[in-house]
Amino acid sequence: MTTAIHAEDLNVYFDKNHALKGVTMDINKNEVTAVIGPSGCGKSTFIRCINRMNDLITNCTVNGKVMVDGTDINDDDVDVVDVRRRIGMVFQKPNPFPKSIYENVAYAPRLHGIVETVDGKVKRRKHTKQELDAIVERSLRRAALWEEVKDRLDKGGMTLSGGQQQRLCIARTLSIDPEIILFDEPCSALDPIATSKIEDLLVDLKKDYTVVIVTHSMQQAARISDRTAFFYMGEMVEMGDTKQIFEKPARELTEQYITGRMG
Amino acid sequence: MALKLPVRNKQGRGRRRNEHVPSRERAIRYVLMAATWISVLALAAVFTELLLGAFPAFTSINIVDFFTGTVWNPSHPLYPLYGVLPLFVATLMVAFAAALIAIPIGLGCTIYLAELASPRVKAIFKPAIEILAGIPSVIFGFFALVILSEWIAMVFDPVNKLNALNGAIMLAVMMIPIMVTVAEDAINAVPNNLREASLALGATRWETVRHVVLPSALSGIVAAIVLAFGRAVGETMTVLMATGNSTLLSFDFLRSVQTMTAAIAIDFGEVASGSDHYHVLFLVGLMLFVITFVINFLADWVVRRFREEYK
Repeated sequence: MTTAIHAEDLNVYFDKNHALKGVTMDINKNEVTAVIGPSGCGKSTFIRCINRMNDLITNCTVNGKVMVDGTDINDDDVDVVDVRRRIGMVFQKPNPFPKSIYENVAYAPRLHGIVETVDGKVKRRKHTKQELDAIVERSLRRAALWEEVKDRLDKGGMTLSGGQQQRLCIARTLSIDPEIILFDEPCSALDPIATSKIEDLLVDLKKDYTVVIVTHSMQQAARISDRTAFFYMGEMVEMGDTKQIFEKPARELTEQYITGRMG
Repeated sequence: MALKLPVRNKQGRGRRRNEHVPSRERAIRYVLMAATWISVLALAAVFTELLLGAFPAFTSINIVDFFTGTVWNPSHPLYPLYGVLPLFVATLMVAFAAALIAIPIGLGCTIYLAELASPRVKAIFKPAIEILAGIPSVIFGFFALVILSEWIAMVFDPVNKLNALNGAIMLAVMMIPIMVTVAEDAINAVPNNLREASLALGATRWETVRHVVLPSALSGIVAAIVLAFGRAVGETMTVLMATGNSTLLSFDFLRSVQTMTAAIAIDFGEVASGSDHYHVLFLVGLMLFVITFVINFLADWVVRRFREEYK
């Protein structure tokens, strides 16, 4: 297994509140890694460090390293836009843009264009209509939504059901072909059927992508993840193979949490 | 033991009425209702007065001449001329020019304050702009008369020192705070998770504003522009003091003009009650009313069309 993300001594402060305390962890490529823990334990704060979404919070300070492909994404000379293109994120509440289904998926490719090398010069150009159509179809198929929406791509993204909206958001993330996809409690606003579809999708996605999912559902972590990290009070208590974490946790705290005696 | 609730109005079908509302609640309800009726009736009374006042003008003067006449000279002792075009043109010129200045500045200011400014900057600038909205229009008029006209005279060498441009710039300054206040509310109402979605896809701040925030806030922004434009069309004291009040038809921004509002305000002081001139002034007022009504209607239509696109 190669390492996709290596976080080292990661600390996050909101003003003086120490929200993430010295987290060091490796996330493997082409695996589903689950982050579990009680509310307020810093699990969302942690994955928001991986694509630098915490930059958007004015009083937030991040110290430490997040190495992706040998570069620290917090380095000053790293372009945050580039980081977020390579590391996608799906949020807790489905948040399609108030645009058509097609435009939702075409949004990011349209913005970024295609970078090509023509006669030794790097050039950026717009996608042709055919290329965009292909991206939209491929992304929607990959997100297991194509069959349901192929006849109404011009309808608004908001007209879909909650589960479909979340898959649309996944398709939107896939449209620019990131290496890593972060899921921040993607099923907490969905019903069980929609949840199971998303879970199947996540397991399928790990063939091509590295998946990190924050979840408050231990069952979900147990069902879909290869490795699990348990967070408590801003610290990473334990990380290991999912089977080991749920069957033979090494730490007392982890056992208390997964057996429901705490949290 | 079953709890027995008092039941009234047994056969009551349709709307259910609560018979147990305390009298204090009921009194409050009537007071609030009365307040609503008073506002509506006041508006109706103003409109009726306007109609009644304007009505005789339809028979006493040639109404076609009123709308097409290019000379406004109501005070001529023998041959008064009531062509509204000079006033109408002046109103549109001043209001549109003001909008042309105010919209880009107002929008830029709104986007900066709502999306980019740090909380510290915002805490200073937002109240400052709101104070600007509360300054009485006569103060702006005074400023235009004394200071702004001098600046314009230095730069443009105008035909008249008090001119349409002077009024337009001053009006623009007055439009900006209204626009900023209303449009900023619209931008703030855009859910934050849409911004996050866009930024997480590698969009820049500006791309996010341009492609996600502004389209989502469009109806509110259009409303802000219309509100500001409505104020520009209806504003009286500032333009009266700033534009010089020449009633000659002119399309030159560096010449003196008189807007419809200024004509009403100036002429009404000296007009004989019940005269032709008196009724014509009401007609001009009615026209102003219709203009603002049409603007609001158009804006509503625009907003509706765009909203459908974003559904």
